[in-house]
Amino acid sequence: MTQELTAARAAQTSIPGPAASSEEAGSHAVRLEGLVPAERASVSRDEGLMLYRDMTLGRRFEDKCAEMYYRGKMFGFVHLYNGQEAVSTGVIRAMRLQHDWFCSTYRDHVHALSCGVPAREVMSELFGKATGCSKGRGGSMHLFSREHHLLGGYAFIGEGIPVALGAAFTSRYKRDALGQADSDAVTAAFFGDGTCNIGQFYECLNMASLWKLPILFVVENNRWAIGMDHNRATSEPEIWRKAAGFGMVGEEVDGMDVLAVRAAAQRAIERARAGDGPTLLECLTYRFRGHSLADPDELREAAEKEFWAKRDPIKQLALRLTDMGLATAEELKAIEKEIDAEVADCVEFALAAPEPDGSELTRYIWAED
Amino acid sequence: MAETLLFNALREAIDEEMARDPHVCVMGEDVGHYGGSYKVTKDLCEKYGELRVLDTPIAENSFTGMAVGAAMTGLRPIVEGMNMGFLLLAFNQISNNMGMLRYTSGGNYTIPAVVRGPGGVGRQLGAEHSQRLEAYFHAVPGIKIVAVSTPTNAKGLMKAAIRDNNPVLFFEHVLLYNLSEDIPEGDYICALDQAEVVREGKDVTMLTYSRMRHHCLKAVEQLEQEGVDVELIDLISLKPFDMETIARSIRKTHKVVVVEECMKTGGIGAELIALITEHCFDDLDARPLRLSSQDIPTPYNGNLENLTIIQPHQIVAAALDLKAGRR
Repeated sequence: MTQELTAARAAQTSIPGPAASSEEAGSHAVRLEGLVPAERASVSRDEGLMLYRDMTLGRRFEDKCAEMYYRGKMFGFVHLYNGQEAVSTGVIRAMRLQHDWFCSTYRDHVHALSCGVPAREVMSELFGKATGCSKGRGGSMHLFSREHHLLGGYAFIGEGIPVALGAAFTSRYKRDALGQADSDAVTAAFFGDGTCNIGQFYECLNMASLWKLPILFVVENNRWAIGMDHNRATSEPEIWRKAAGFGMVGEEVDGMDVLAVRAAAQRAIERARAGDGPTLLECLTYRFRGHSLADPDELREAAEKEFWAKRDPIKQLALRLTDMGLATAEELKAIEKEIDAEVADCVEFALAAPEPDGSELTRYIWAED
Repeated sequence: MAETLLFNALREAIDEEMARDPHVCVMGEDVGHYGGSYKVTKDLCEKYGELRVLDTPIAENSFTGMAVGAAMTGLRPIVEGMNMGFLLLAFNQISNNMGMLRYTSGGNYTIPAVVRGPGGVGRQLGAEHSQRLEAYFHAVPGIKIVAVSTPTNAKGLMKAAIRDNNPVLFFEHVLLYNLSEDIPEGDYICALDQAEVVREGKDVTMLTYSRMRHHCLKAVEQLEQEGVDVELIDLISLKPFDMETIARSIRKTHKVVVVEECMKTGGIGAELIALITEHCFDDLDARPLRLSSQDIPTPYNGNLENLTIIQPHQIVAAALDLKAGRR
């Protein structure tokens, strides 16, 4: 960041805010406060409610996961998405479901839900049941659904990005090598700030830009790679700026504001569909919980957590919808009740679902089986 | 029948399959304009265009991962490892995604991809360019591994690998590209999972693959004169092994020697002999022998290099000993 910009941003952050100032809350908060106010997507009532429903489902589903984990119903590493819902909903719900492609990480439950994978299938997978979207073979970090164009949750850092690039390559190949003029599927690859220091990230930015592939690189910058502060891990913390080195459009956006994310995603999708290539979209966001349910979360300051909690993306959307007269508080409450019922139903379904058949242990190794 | 060099046999296979199915494509370093470092894709870029024969930047892990994503969404990519050793850099994509993803996804996706290229010890290429990755990749679930050794099987196996719906690691050998022989005309396929009985015999079963097949053939010539009747089997499929053919031979000869170019520790022969011990123990009249490379990085010096890998005279000595009951 240039000195000039730093000064400009510092000036913006002095705007009086509620409780914890961004300075006490740390550099990530300072950056968020310093963002140039974004253009927000305009939405119809139906769209606004759809977004609210999707984000609420993500949040309540994850809360239920924590409960089930502590009750011993699911095992292994479980990474929850609380706080980042505006990114999943803002990007995926701006795309065409079952047409565009989506690629996630180990923190993949909510991406899967936004893609339209039924909550029953996701919860079943977390319980390791035969009805899970990966038939109980994948688990929390390996959710897949061909039907919903979810390329998968990839547990190792960065390895999903090339796979997403391959899906984007297929779109271009179908259009230009197979002559399918209507091949316009766009791929969204999600990953975090920690991933932006690994080679595959840079290799794929290069190839995507080189071949003008229809892909969105969506960075969920929540500042913390487990316990590694983003600012201690990277020489240029403003990830969106790295796009310029590849001749690609880069944008930073308030990742706690679903309408701002949606607007940025819509611009990127339009470019991708038009054949103008990829976009690097850095969403400034925050995870409200530890890295995983096994993380004691001892490093992050209370002031930082408080700062971001006050910018809860679901509460922000609720306020905006009611302010714009698109929904009443009662209507939103009713949606929450519906979602609670859906989440309760998916737990009930998953609890009752059968275990995978032991006689099928080696099934799915080969394409013919 | 037409006299064909091995690299051209591979090229014919790829060309015919690309003509047959427009979803078949090639990606890798210098596969396009340059025609491949061993000319296996010569002129294909001109014929099929730059998307179907894609020159990639030098980024093995990422372009291999890209092939995974392309295969998951409907294409049938062939990835060239300019040298198979470079694919150490793509180990994660080959193992976690190419190999395991179909299973981990509960059958959601299939990965019809071929990863091909030159492996093995060449002539003084130095340690890094002289690797035998078939052993390193052997434990990865969900991938088939084949090694070709003649122009005839190179073409038939390449076509089979491209048509297979599973990921196939396809090992060529850097010293066999200029091997020449008459191959059948037109469209033919060799089974990916079948060993090739190169020579029938009754005294000793000799199991080998890739370039060592030719060392074994030299040894067999001499052994013939010494009165040892060798049954020489080219494994072709390194994963899974064709245990039916192998066991049938051992039931006949009761003696077995494995000749391989990979290192002894954790090598192909290690797994093979374990399986033979499990399946054929009662048929054996002597302990199985294993002739492998030394457990060292391949040295540059030509004499040292020759000492690192098995030579025909060592194969002769081992077979003579086996027949005479000396080992």
